Amino acid sequence: MNSRKIELVVGFFVALAIAAVLMLAFNVANKGITGEGETYDLYAKFDNIGGLKVRSAVKVGGVTVGRVTSIKLDDKDFTPVVTLTIAKQYTNFPETSSVSILTSGLLGEQYVGLQPGFSFDGIEPLKEGDFIEDTKSALVLEDLIGQFLFSKSKD
Amino acid sequence: MNWLANLGAWVIEKIAATGRASQVLYGALVAVPRPIKNTPLVIRQMYVVGVQSLLIIVVSGLFIGMVMALQGYTILVDYGAEDSLGPMVALSLLRELGPVVTALLFAGRAGSALTAEIGLMKATEQLSSLEMMAIDPLRRVIAPRFWAGFICMPMLAVIFSAVGILGGHLVGVDWLGVDSGSYWSIMQSTVDFRADVLNGVIKSFVFAVIVTWIAVFKGYDCLPTSEGISKATTETVVHSSLTVLGLDFILTALMFGIE
Amino acid sequence: MDYLVEINNLTFKRGERVIYQDISMRIPKGKTTAIMGPSGIGKTTMLRLIGGQLKPDSGDILFAGNSIPSMNRHQLYKTRRDMSMLFQSGALFTELTVFDNVAYPLREHTKLSESLIRTIVLLKLQAVGLRGAAQLMPSELSGGMARRAALARAIALDPQLIMYDEPFAGQDPISMGVLVKLIKTLNDALNLTSIVVTHDVDEVMSIADYIYIVADKKVIGEGSPEQIRNSDSELVQQFLQGQADGPVPFHFPAESFKQQLLSGGKS
Repeated sequence: MNSRKIELVVGFFVALAIAAVLMLAFNVANKGITGEGETYDLYAKFDNIGGLKVRSAVKVGGVTVGRVTSIKLDDKDFTPVVTLTIAKQYTNFPETSSVSILTSGLLGEQYVGLQPGFSFDGIEPLKEGDFIEDTKSALVLEDLIGQFLFSKSKD
Repeated sequence: MNWLANLGAWVIEKIAATGRASQVLYGALVAVPRPIKNTPLVIRQMYVVGVQSLLIIVVSGLFIGMVMALQGYTILVDYGAEDSLGPMVALSLLRELGPVVTALLFAGRAGSALTAEIGLMKATEQLSSLEMMAIDPLRRVIAPRFWAGFICMPMLAVIFSAVGILGGHLVGVDWLGVDSGSYWSIMQSTVDFRADVLNGVIKSFVFAVIVTWIAVFKGYDCLPTSEGISKATTETVVHSSLTVLGLDFILTALMFGIE
Repeated sequence: MDYLVEINNLTFKRGERVIYQDISMRIPKGKTTAIMGPSGIGKTTMLRLIGGQLKPDSGDILFAGNSIPSMNRHQLYKTRRDMSMLFQSGALFTELTVFDNVAYPLREHTKLSESLIRTIVLLKLQAVGLRGAAQLMPSELSGGMARRAALARAIALDPQLIMYDEPFAGQDPISMGVLVKLIKTLNDALNLTSIVVTHDVDEVMSIADYIYIVADKKVIGEGSPEQIRNSDSELVQQFLQGQADGPVPFHFPAESFKQQLLSGGKS
């Protein structure tokens, strides 16, 4: 086999590999959010984060707008602080927005649901580094069952 | 006392072999500064180790993806979670099976061939002959093969993963009736490009260094006889497979284990 | 006389085994020198020592006045362009045609144009009588033709010294005759210095100007073919006549046969 032919076949091989990478990047993985592209960070304090993990999704009405990039415990008041990294294309959420930890399906993954608040005069949009004040913690199954039993026994 | 002496001899031999292997690697790596003369050689070797391994990689990837979809479906369907088939297939392939199985197949297909070829070149005095022609065999023979393996294996691994995901789609969606939309979309919302795809590729580069290094070293270091070459070829497959599997655990622990 | 290679008091060991003990040789310039001796005494090792592939434990090897063992890598590679070696198997690159094999050292070491390389390669192939086989692969050549092709490659860069490692081993009488003629004519035509390592007595007697006979770690006889033939050393005569037993014993050293048989199963 002459060298021109070999170069051609190797070129085909490389093109195939590039196609595979592109497929993995665009069809399989969600490139963009936290991968590349510009982002900004918001913070939220929860009483209980349940099963939330780093890399869990942040969704607005079901649309993924960002990811959880770190979970730490505040060393003064011992509550978890969650860092939400949001893509730059989704800005101008008003200060009155709220976040809650939700579960997809009965046993599915937990994610952060962001509920945009009403915006009227005097309400600033959320900026890099802001804390979201209005948070709802995760539902913990044991607490739920406990509450249910408690209310039953009162009857 | 005899076993103690044997142990000592064994350790000394292993250390000496590591030293010789490092010399080979060093000799191959310092050959980079001659890209113009070496590029055609690397391309030729990419044909030998890369293109000629393509068929086995594609076929294996397809079947492994199909088997995983079949197995995964039967388990997931019990929990009503068959929509998670996509991420299950994709994550197992990207994080583990792609890099690892590619490395194992590569060791068997290309690594053993490299060892046998270099060993035969040694046995037929082609390496000595190069040296006497004032051409460094590390630079002319070892370096292009090493670089070709280093470049080709990650490419083969991504092709393996991509084909495997398509194979999973074939079985999961087309045959078992998982919804095509959820196969892709849940996969997309779960798989992260940097954490999963890139980490898999990094693994693959590490395996590429290990397998190709072992293969060229075993060939270069073998006894130039028929027994020596056959022993070296076997050792290439065994040593690189074991090293890949062991290293895979360490890399997985570093990349995905601790968060 | 002018010497191209001088070996002075060289000692070489392989592990514990001594191959050469305090050996000295001189290879005259422009002549054909033969190194003969029984198999397995490290004649090829001597060529590798001269080529710098092995380092002696003590002693020195001078090539054109420069010490080979004390050269650094760069100097050694530079010096090797002036010498070439014809390996026993030919050592042609199996993935290249005969033409590309001969062109190989030219392409590696010179910046000649492709048309000039073609001319040189065809000249060299013509010299060994293989111009018609230029486009064949090494696997299509007979053993003798492979050796001739390798010879064409060895002289491609016009070296000063050419070393032949067992050039006649395993050849039929005709190829043997061709090789003998080639070594002789090349040596005369190109003003080469040749070292021929062999144990084919008759062939080498006809072409060598000077002969060393090596056995048991040292030189046991040297001189012109005439002097060697008339040597009164028993060892030299045994080698020349090809006698089965003599100073070089037929039996590999062993304990006495009787003792071994009586000692039972413990081989």
